[in-house]
Amino acid sequence: MADIVIDRVVKEFGSFRALQEVSLTVNDGEFVALLGPSGCGKTTLLRIIAGLETQTSGRVVIGGQDVSDLAPRKRGLAMVFQNYAVFPHMTVFENVAFGLRMQKASQADVKRKVERAAALLHIESYLDRYPAKLSGGQRQRVAVARALAVEPAVLLMDEPLSNLDALLRLEMRTELKAVLREAGTTTIYVTHDQTEAMGLADRIAVMYGGKIDQIGSPLEIYATPATRFVGGFIGSPPMNFIKVACSGGTARIGEAALPCPMAGKDLELGLRGEDAALSPNGSGIPFDVRVVEPMGSHLLLTGAIDGQLARIVAPPTAKVNAGERVGLNVDPSRVTWIDGSTGRAIARA
Amino acid sequence: MPARTSWIPYALIAPSVIFLAALFLVPLVQTVWLSVSAGDGLSLENYRRMAGDLNFALAVKNTFLLTLVVVPLQVVLALAMATMVTKLDKGRDLVLWVLTIPLGISDLAAGLAWLALLQNTGYLNSALYALGLIQGPVGWLSQETPVALFFAIVLAELWRATAIVLVILIAGLQLIPKEFAEAAEIFGARPWTRFTRITLPLLKPSLQSALILRTVLAFEVFAVVYALGGRNFPVLAGEAYVWQNDNQNYGVAAAYAVLIMAISLAATAVYLRVLRTRPEQLP
Repeated sequence: MADIVIDRVVKEFGSFRALQEVSLTVNDGEFVALLGPSGCGKTTLLRIIAGLETQTSGRVVIGGQDVSDLAPRKRGLAMVFQNYAVFPHMTVFENVAFGLRMQKASQADVKRKVERAAALLHIESYLDRYPAKLSGGQRQRVAVARALAVEPAVLLMDEPLSNLDALLRLEMRTELKAVLREAGTTTIYVTHDQTEAMGLADRIAVMYGGKIDQIGSPLEIYATPATRFVGGFIGSPPMNFIKVACSGGTARIGEAALPCPMAGKDLELGLRGEDAALSPNGSGIPFDVRVVEPMGSHLLLTGAIDGQLARIVAPPTAKVNAGERVGLNVDPSRVTWIDGSTGRAIARA
Repeated sequence: MPARTSWIPYALIAPSVIFLAALFLVPLVQTVWLSVSAGDGLSLENYRRMAGDLNFALAVKNTFLLTLVVVPLQVVLALAMATMVTKLDKGRDLVLWVLTIPLGISDLAAGLAWLALLQNTGYLNSALYALGLIQGPVGWLSQETPVALFFAIVLAELWRATAIVLVILIAGLQLIPKEFAEAAEIFGARPWTRFTRITLPLLKPSLQSALILRTVLAFEVFAVVYALGGRNFPVLAGEAYVWQNDNQNYGVAAAYAVLIMAISLAATAVYLRVLRTRPEQLP
């Protein structure tokens, strides 16, 4: 088991700066997700940790040892690749055994550990097959079993579920969480899928434009985004951002008033769609409903607050019609205030 | 719909089939026929004359020896070159272009170029003389120096025809996703292990194509040998040429041609069998 310290890692490809001084500490046994849109640098960071890519500057320390200049095989880690990278010319058994064979483990040891990893991932019955005969989900299991068979101190996963269909992804996600919890491996998991990150990770590092915008537990990231980007990227529907004018510590939207911090001119109210409740008497923040989408578990209302686009989540049984103006009650403690000029959240009092 | 379109594929492929049939199958049948006909009927007389010829055993030995030395060397060289070329970031196309220049040169021209280098008054002797390493012209390609002549031919063949193996192997290497080597590296494989356990097995289909092509061509080796050694180094295709043109005996020449074809087919069969990739092992 090992902790991982990423210390001011910079990566430049020519004149393009893919990572700008990224620092991150992953505790022993912790599961951290690197979450961000494509091109944010998350895969580059993972490959630098793996040693498949060399950082321009900065250090990677695993279990107290500076591995910055070590070859991947000397870093004591395992990795699951996005397209699995299961060797097509080897049987499932040999694939899972590959890392153990490279460690020159004894035949009995190889057999025992392969069988244990196979049992964990429920692939015992295909051990003598070739990967071409397996489905995507089964190959994924082989790739995870191959990584777990070596009992790595650190497990790196690069969008391991993105090639699976939606149903299988959900199933594998749940299973992966159970398996990894049991193994207790320090894990870094790259994904662009927020539900995967929220569901799996102890902590999420949200990356954008080559840097980490926020690190925190899924709930922290969701409830108190540090930047407009994080608020907009996490959550479905994304957080609403409404430009408001704040004077004397109070922001007025229609009849409603909200206490606001006194900072900057471009103040934006960050409001989660589910943190607004329809008021019974039409009081509160006026919301002009344009589209009503019944999603089953809830109603998704799209409309405008003060002429600005907003999406609100209402109970499935609420009586709301398109074209109607409704009132929204908002708990001031659940809103996020964003300084529009920097895009950063204003610290809560 | 299917009834109306079913003839179209056949019509489209007909020109190439007819072309091949006219210019390949017909001469092939004629050659086989020629080799087994003597006088009034079928006979193996031509094969008997071929096998009884002074140069026959030597030609068989030389051809096999040359193939057994040249082809493995070419594959090893091409593998090393291909691995290096695929690792290049900048100037890859330029390097590849330079390495494949010999492919654009006819084999006779290549043989003559090497003759200019290696003959008594050639560049090699001039250079060695200028360096004071030899007192006068040294014959490298004569009957008295069969070993030097053999190595000269090997050298010229390596120079001339390694690039075709290189091109096939580079194409093959590019088909292997780099994740396989990366995964192997993560799981502890050193470079040599990665090469033998991952790259080589995944390159097998390309290796098979390259080996078949090169081996068949190696059994047909002629122009380079003829340019450098004349009949000092008899090979099968050279003997066929001599019987056809000098001896004007088309029957024995045809027998040689059929023998070369039989050897090539046998070699191809061996490669297809030994280097086959089972369908379930394909990526």
